[in-house]
Amino acid sequence: MKVAVEQDKCVAAGNCVSAAMDVFDQRDEDGIVVLLTDNPPDELAEEVRTAAAVCPALAIHIKD
Amino acid sequence: MVGASAAGLSTAEALRRKGFPGRITVLGDELHPPYDRPPLSKQVLSGTWEPERAALRTEEHLSGLDLDLRLGEHATGLDPASRTVRTRSGRDVRADAVVIATGVRPRRLPEQDGLAGVHVLRTLDDALALRKDLLSGGRLVVVGEGVLGSEIAATARTLGLDVTLAGPLAAPMALQVGPLISGLLKELHEERGVRLRLGSGVAGLEHAAGRVTGVRLATGEVLPAEVVVVAIGAIPTTDWLAGSGLELDNGVVCDARCRAAEGVWAVGDVARWQHEGLGRRVRLENRTNVTEQAIAVAGAILGDPAAYTPIPYFWTDQFDAKLQMYGVLPAAAEVQVVEGDPAARRFVAVYREAGRVTGVLGWNMPKQARLRRAEITLGEPA
Repeated sequence: MKVAVEQDKCVAAGNCVSAAMDVFDQRDEDGIVVLLTDNPPDELAEEVRTAAAVCPALAIHIKD
Repeated sequence: MVGASAAGLSTAEALRRKGFPGRITVLGDELHPPYDRPPLSKQVLSGTWEPERAALRTEEHLSGLDLDLRLGEHATGLDPASRTVRTRSGRDVRADAVVIATGVRPRRLPEQDGLAGVHVLRTLDDALALRKDLLSGGRLVVVGEGVLGSEIAATARTLGLDVTLAGPLAAPMALQVGPLISGLLKELHEERGVRLRLGSGVAGLEHAAGRVTGVRLATGEVLPAEVVVVAIGAIPTTDWLAGSGLELDNGVVCDARCRAAEGVWAVGDVARWQHEGLGRRVRLENRTNVTEQAIAVAGAILGDPAAYTPIPYFWTDQFDAKLQMYGVLPAAAEVQVVEGDPAARRFVAVYREAGRVTGVLGWNMPKQARLRRAEITLGEPA
């Protein structure tokens, strides 16, 4: 699974971090998404899919 | 799915993600492919985004969902017993499960219809029409000091317009965030040159030759305007359900699993469901609820018995302020700044009632606010 984020679309809700904290974080200064790995292991795939689904800014993109 | 905006589309998507193999028909009354609404009052109105960027999904992704997507199709009625949705075109749809996702429509002033220069903001077409009028310059009056009105005032002021914000409350978003934080929003708007005419209701519109010329306040004062935006709240789109037998009361009334009747569900701005955490019926008009509720409804359709009990969340961007709101922020709550400094316009505040944290607000501190979300306890004290 390949993951990409659009930082300029991100609204800093942090829903992705709540859904998949091993893959996403937020910058301390403005809350914008930080991708911890763009190639998460299979066991995190479901969490990452949930993170993409709950992003209110549609800023997370997944390629299987 | 009756409704092809974020609520209907997210429910369809969640059903597919959970492995639902059956046929999904999505009816949408607009002709645009599904698009997202939060950018309309911000990036689309300001022009920093082309309208296409507000699309909810790419064409490729949509076709991958294998939906029978019928745009420009108005639902005109529902028979819950047979789960048949009647449509204006006469192509009725019968299904095992019906999801009502028809959203809300803007409340309007009685005299605004047909008057040039007066706008509401709900759809993409609304945003583009308003932007066109804003670009011709002049004086803008925004009627309504809620979240949408405050955002529009900020966006228009950033575009360089002469902006006045009018409404009955004392400060922008007073109803949503209480007196302390709305007082800070008031300072921010004033500092950036938005004229505030708050604390007085709007009595009506002044017009000449079919065009708006101003907004008349209850005090008798007239605010001259070439452009007016009416942002005084929204009404759930349930008129098409009249006579269906469903309980309609400020939305489609649902149980704790967002079910309105056997095989009939509601999701998004139109749904008023029993929130078991809060112990009351709730209807939320915010973007995050839409996706979370869509996932819950898709699960419920497939037999998941869990009640839907989210911690409400919304955000707003106004000038350089990014606000994040979690939980419930009552006007009477005790508000305490727990991190950062309001003078530096970077802080986190917690809202307490009877000693319990009911809500958290972050002002330019999104991450720190989210980390305190866990402190929130919903519902009545035990």
